Amino acid sequence: MDARIFQELRSIVGAHGLVSSPEELHTYECDGLTNFRVMPLAVLLPSDTQQVQAIVGVCHRERIPFVARGSGTGLSGGALPVENGIVISLARMNRILEMDLANARVVVEPGVINLDVTGRVQPYQYFYAPDPSSQSVCSIGGNVAENSGGAHCLKYGFTTTHVLGLEVVLPDGSLVHLGGKCLDMPGYDLMGVFVGSEGTLGIATKVTLRIVKRPECIRTLLAAFPGTNEAGAAVSDIIAAGMLPAAIEMMDNLAIQAAEAAVHPNYPDCGGLLLVELDGPVAEVEALMRDVDEICRKNGAWEVRLAKSDTERMLVWKGRKAAFAAMGRISPNYIVQDGVIPRTALPRVMSEIARLSEEAGIRVANVFHAGDGNLHPLVLYDRRIAGQEQAAESLSYRILELCLEAGGSITGEHGVGEEKKRMMSKMFAEPDLDTMQRVRCAFDPLQLSNPTKVFPTPRLCGEKPGEYVAHPLETAGVAERY
Amino acid sequence: MLKTSAFEENLRARVGEANLHLASAGDAVSGVLPEFVAEPNDERQLAGILSLANEAGIAVVPRGSGTKLDWGNPPRRAQLILSTARLNRIVEHVWADLTVTVEAGCTLQSLQQTLGQHGQRLAFDGLWPERATIGGILSTNDSGALRLRFGALRDLIIGVTIALPDGTLASSGGKVVKNVAGYDLPKLVTGALGTLGIITRAVFRLHPLPRTAKTFSFSAENSADMQQLILAIQDSQLAHTSLQIRGAASELLAADILFEATDAGLAAQESQLRDLLGSARVEQSPGSIWDARQNLWNPPANSTLLGKISLLPTHIAKTFDFLKSLGNSRKVSWQIVLQATGIGMLWLEGDPDQLSAVVKQSRTELESRSGALVILHRPSELRAIDAWGNAGDSISLMRAVKHQLDPKSILNPGRFVGGI
Repeated sequence: MDARIFQELRSIVGAHGLVSSPEELHTYECDGLTNFRVMPLAVLLPSDTQQVQAIVGVCHRERIPFVARGSGTGLSGGALPVENGIVISLARMNRILEMDLANARVVVEPGVINLDVTGRVQPYQYFYAPDPSSQSVCSIGGNVAENSGGAHCLKYGFTTTHVLGLEVVLPDGSLVHLGGKCLDMPGYDLMGVFVGSEGTLGIATKVTLRIVKRPECIRTLLAAFPGTNEAGAAVSDIIAAGMLPAAIEMMDNLAIQAAEAAVHPNYPDCGGLLLVELDGPVAEVEALMRDVDEICRKNGAWEVRLAKSDTERMLVWKGRKAAFAAMGRISPNYIVQDGVIPRTALPRVMSEIARLSEEAGIRVANVFHAGDGNLHPLVLYDRRIAGQEQAAESLSYRILELCLEAGGSITGEHGVGEEKKRMMSKMFAEPDLDTMQRVRCAFDPLQLSNPTKVFPTPRLCGEKPGEYVAHPLETAGVAERY
Repeated sequence: MLKTSAFEENLRARVGEANLHLASAGDAVSGVLPEFVAEPNDERQLAGILSLANEAGIAVVPRGSGTKLDWGNPPRRAQLILSTARLNRIVEHVWADLTVTVEAGCTLQSLQQTLGQHGQRLAFDGLWPERATIGGILSTNDSGALRLRFGALRDLIIGVTIALPDGTLASSGGKVVKNVAGYDLPKLVTGALGTLGIITRAVFRLHPLPRTAKTFSFSAENSADMQQLILAIQDSQLAHTSLQIRGAASELLAADILFEATDAGLAAQESQLRDLLGSARVEQSPGSIWDARQNLWNPPANSTLLGKISLLPTHIAKTFDFLKSLGNSRKVSWQIVLQATGIGMLWLEGDPDQLSAVVKQSRTELESRSGALVILHRPSELRAIDAWGNAGDSISLMRAVKHQLDPKSILNPGRFVGGI
């Protein structure tokens, strides 16, 4: 980078807000998806909105692409730096600015950790509902970018349901407010578009969240089935009975083994484990839990048990939330996938995954948000064995294709990012992607904000003839002009 | 008009005699009379007509059944009404997956009837369900009492197909409840008043019909007491589905609360509610009490103005008191049906000049507390007042989005926020 620009950036954030030594930059070369790595030119750590605006303003003037980063826990490479670009880390903007209990709203900076929002409002019996497995480390800004879900979004909805307002620095450095403290502010729902746009439309610098009153009681049931098909049938019956549990999670035997090895949640050793959580008023939950118990037994569960205490319940969840990391106990390397299928396609897709796994000689463990059909197949491999990594990658993409063939999606909560952008053209037709990119052009005509992510082919926004200047992406051969 | 007649010829060729007719007085849009009404048979034909209009620079007003056709500002121009009346199929109800794909022209009631056969519903209560279409409800972002529990349509829509002025049919979202692939365009077009594209079909997540439902009502002496009761319910662990407040200049404030649960759960919640409300009298009410919002529209006289208000739940009392004193001084009568979400329907009746002043002052008041007042229906003398109010600092971004999708501004020109 030009020394003059470098100086200018440093003057915005101060010497402590700039990372530029190669050793330190390594921390930022990837996010939770570690098989993609790019070294950024520099990392900037602004401490307020004005600094973010000033940094983005310089990037806009100098045509430097930038990538916003929260805690870097994303699993699709959304916070992967781009070539010749900088990273803007929001980690230092981590203040909870306002807590308005009477209106059930909290205003936070993007670097605030997800679980800290609940931590702040818990004494008043409130909680922040979206609960990705990484909630003890992931940031609200990252959650907004990815529209993060979690086990409880079956009942409570995703991040987008819980974001009411945003302060956003647009890719030209200007500041806008989308949504607000009240619902339905006049105008387009640009907030709805921004949430889940994976950092491609700008940087959120302030987020107004909705918090939820803690239900009177929470009950968690574990049911052990011979296999995932029986467990899946129980899920369908629970839904058909007109219930909307707070969460329904499923794990197969390999996933149970891994969780046991890692955190000893005392799961029954079975082919398909179901975890059903109901919450609400005591009388209601108890009446419905009896129905759930009966449905599980009717579908072949040989053990059904209710967590007896909060401690036991937390342990059950600890096992589930540790499932990804637990794979390290049973395999040196693994790929986490995030496909979604209509719930009814579960038996068909599961047996096809088993067949493909056997054919490729690669083990696949399965953890799902079974209530909403969100599969997390964990493709296990050993990088040291020649050809295994490639075989595992191609198996994981094949599983996503299966999801699409079943009428589903390539991602339920992890985002497209760098990892799945090529799959986008299998899920969407050209006019669909083109329309999304037209929206992008309204926010970021120069395509500086996390370019090269989400879309298989970045499209440059039509500029008037005569004003043509080759874009860095164009000269690098990664984009074409239409 | 030469341009129009060439366009008419093309249009006739595209849509066929039977599906095209000249507009009559009943087709007027806030006093502006269009020339034609086209009723395409399917979404491809609709997209084709739209692209013809775009090429000819013809202004298009999308229309479902027209129940909310005068919402928003009067159009700057309106030549063609593009009706979704024939796009009324329920494409696919996958009851086991709790999803439905439906064309834009299907009425809410007809959709609910089909879903009900499998014990399901779109957990949404819009105005005039027997006539209002899915496309129209989405475009106007109408929402009712069920929003407190289930969210608005923006929270229930999981996929959409829109026709753009250049003839593109674009889909986004999908058919599964959980999906973060690509931009959330279903939310972008919800509430866009048909200014970005015409919704041709939508996919929704569904909910089971409740096992039992019971409504209770209670009242309060004054607005401060009512606000306290509402906040106490919202801060409790009751699992109510809806909570609305009914207020008028001359009456006590009343509120209604809906529980949907098992019999056992319902009994427990009823007793908790009675404990919580203390001395306030609690009575069971018929389900028809939830029509209160719609009843404000029966029938709008020419001295009636209706609007949608947004406020914070802690500003309920202030807002009621403000209206009471303003209504008195301006001799304007008023009624409100307000949901605990902070979204309410405001009804005003009086002399047009006074109505205009009340709207202006109420809007200033609400906006100063980060809320809003949007006019939905007004006497014809008041057509010049802006329906929307302050659009905030993202208005240029909104214009940029509009320009990307409808560069010639042929869709409902002038009807949306900031003259969009």
